[in-house]
Amino acid sequence: MTVSTKFLSGLFAGIAAFGVATTALAVTISGAGATFPFPIYAKWANSYRSASGNALNYQSIGSGGGIAQIRAKTVTFGATDMPLTVAELTRYGLVQFPTVIGGDVPIVNIPGITAGQLVLDGPTLANIFLGKIGKWNDPAIKRLNPTVSLPDMAIAVVHRSDGSGTTFIFADYLSKVSPEWKERVGASTAVDWPTGIGAKGNEGVAGNVRQTRGAIGYVEYVYATQNKLAHTKMLNAAGKTIEPSLASFAAAANGAAWDASQGFASIITNQASPEAWPMAGATFILVYKQPTDPAMTAEALKFFQWAYKNGDQAAQDMHFVPLPDAVTQKIEASWTQVQGWKAN
Amino acid sequence: MVAGPLSLDAPPQFSSAIIRRAHRRDWMFHRVTQASALAVLAIFLGIMWSLLSGAWPAMAAFGFGFLWTESWNPVREVFGAAAPIYGTLVTSAIAMAIAVPVGIGIAIFLTELCPRQLRRPIGVAVELLAGIPSIIYGIWGLFILAPFLQQNVQPWAIDAFAGIPVLEDLFAGPPYGIGIFTAGLILAIMTLPFICAITRDVFETVPPVLKEAAYGLGATTWEVLWKVVLPYARGGVVGGIMLALGRTLGETMAVTFVIGNAHRISESLFAPGTTISAAIANEFTEALGDLYVSSLIELGLILFFVTFCVLAAAQYMLYRLEQRAGGARA
Repeated sequence: MTVSTKFLSGLFAGIAAFGVATTALAVTISGAGATFPFPIYAKWANSYRSASGNALNYQSIGSGGGIAQIRAKTVTFGATDMPLTVAELTRYGLVQFPTVIGGDVPIVNIPGITAGQLVLDGPTLANIFLGKIGKWNDPAIKRLNPTVSLPDMAIAVVHRSDGSGTTFIFADYLSKVSPEWKERVGASTAVDWPTGIGAKGNEGVAGNVRQTRGAIGYVEYVYATQNKLAHTKMLNAAGKTIEPSLASFAAAANGAAWDASQGFASIITNQASPEAWPMAGATFILVYKQPTDPAMTAEALKFFQWAYKNGDQAAQDMHFVPLPDAVTQKIEASWTQVQGWKAN
Repeated sequence: MVAGPLSLDAPPQFSSAIIRRAHRRDWMFHRVTQASALAVLAIFLGIMWSLLSGAWPAMAAFGFGFLWTESWNPVREVFGAAAPIYGTLVTSAIAMAIAVPVGIGIAIFLTELCPRQLRRPIGVAVELLAGIPSIIYGIWGLFILAPFLQQNVQPWAIDAFAGIPVLEDLFAGPPYGIGIFTAGLILAIMTLPFICAITRDVFETVPPVLKEAAYGLGATTWEVLWKVVLPYARGGVVGGIMLALGRTLGETMAVTFVIGNAHRISESLFAPGTTISAAIANEFTEALGDLYVSSLIELGLILFFVTFCVLAAAQYMLYRLEQRAGGARA
């Protein structure tokens, strides 16, 4: 009896020592949420692991899931494409900051129309998605594209069937340019679509647009480039015709306030800058001010600090826009409100 | 095991010990099987409880109006189940309208009319259809069937029915290719093997002597089928249809690929719609806000009841059929 007790306690001590030893060596940071930044988080995590030995376990379960998981405290950080409001952040005791910027691109499938050939403006896009413009040769579209020959073809609207930050950016832009859209539909990660067919995920929308003649949809920029879909140009708030590109997304980001007291919840659609693409948006991270495991949260923040410093090239390679240095400095300064974070 | 009960020198108390042990084993076996059965009941009640408690906020907010409200507005948090319920029932009805006659037809051909060499290859092909995962049907539906319908079938149907009341509304444009009708068609293809395989098995149980007697009396093949084979196999056929109906009501992946996922009730069968299971699968992970999640859980609860009611109605129909048949025989 005594022998076995001794043996067991020795075993436990050994396990405990082993556990302590491994934590000191390397940790696995856990996070969950938005699917849109998943490729760049995975890429950063891979490089960070070689640099620091610390691993990241990120589950891309969606923004809604990310918010639910951080509230349930099952993960160290949550990730969301739609920023929480200051009231929500205060209520849950969370700190919010952006990581990268991306943009939405309208994509079309019209026989004879190539990528970047068609130009749309906000009100026309809103009327198409409201179901008020039903044919591609509608005068409103013709007026914007006097040199393009548009077919007498029904417009098939394709939208997301799942909630998504992509939808939030799109619907938020339409709310800003169309009073009727704001009144009837509004902006959120999921909305009550007046017309069209729903498809799951960016790949679902891309697939349906490719399958359906006369279709128009919206996807993350990276999906439009990867799938070689015919994107449209947009007339922006300054009245200039703009191509979607990392430069025009960055121009949208530069015009924003990025106010730490607002949880950096800058919504950068329909920016005034003449170089800005009108449908850009940031993706956000959520951590607790008073985490249950401050050391682990500090490790998570260290990961993002590393990514701000070393991850810009990787982000651009994957068609994400890194944040300007002035913004990342403000973000790192805001982390002092997180218990356990020591700026270095 | 060591001393069998048949050994001659075994004293009487020894065999009673064996009997006691056997009794104990029986008792244990009884308890284990009983516990398994009760576990099913407990799981059922647990699911009911979690569905009810999860759906409670939505039930409190919308009441019974949830059932006939068409709006599904996550921005204003106004939710109603009318469109998904409608889509679930209509796609299942289309699937049954196609799969039941075709499935029974294939079964009749295989058991009564088919040349012996063809019987196995066709039978195996039908059974293989049942083994294809639903996501494959979904992908095939989206990439092959939907563009085909959009370019060939739907424009033709819209033109052909234009001007005919009712039909003109049921088959109205624009042709998206995907929608309620395509979902029903995919479901029909998916459930066809269930109906066909079960019906064929049941037809094969019809005693040859009955058929031979009917043929001997001068009945045609048609008469033998309608008056001998089908009445004899009625119960099994309805059973196969019920199984297929259960699959169509709950089918998720294949439907969500081709139905269009729009929370609207349209007169046209070519218009996009949604079903209960497709709505849950699409929206659950990204639902923001307690009322949104709760409304999706209430949809699950409704699917539970819809399935239960449809299957109960089918059971009742079967019972009535059997009663009538029994009465006619007596």
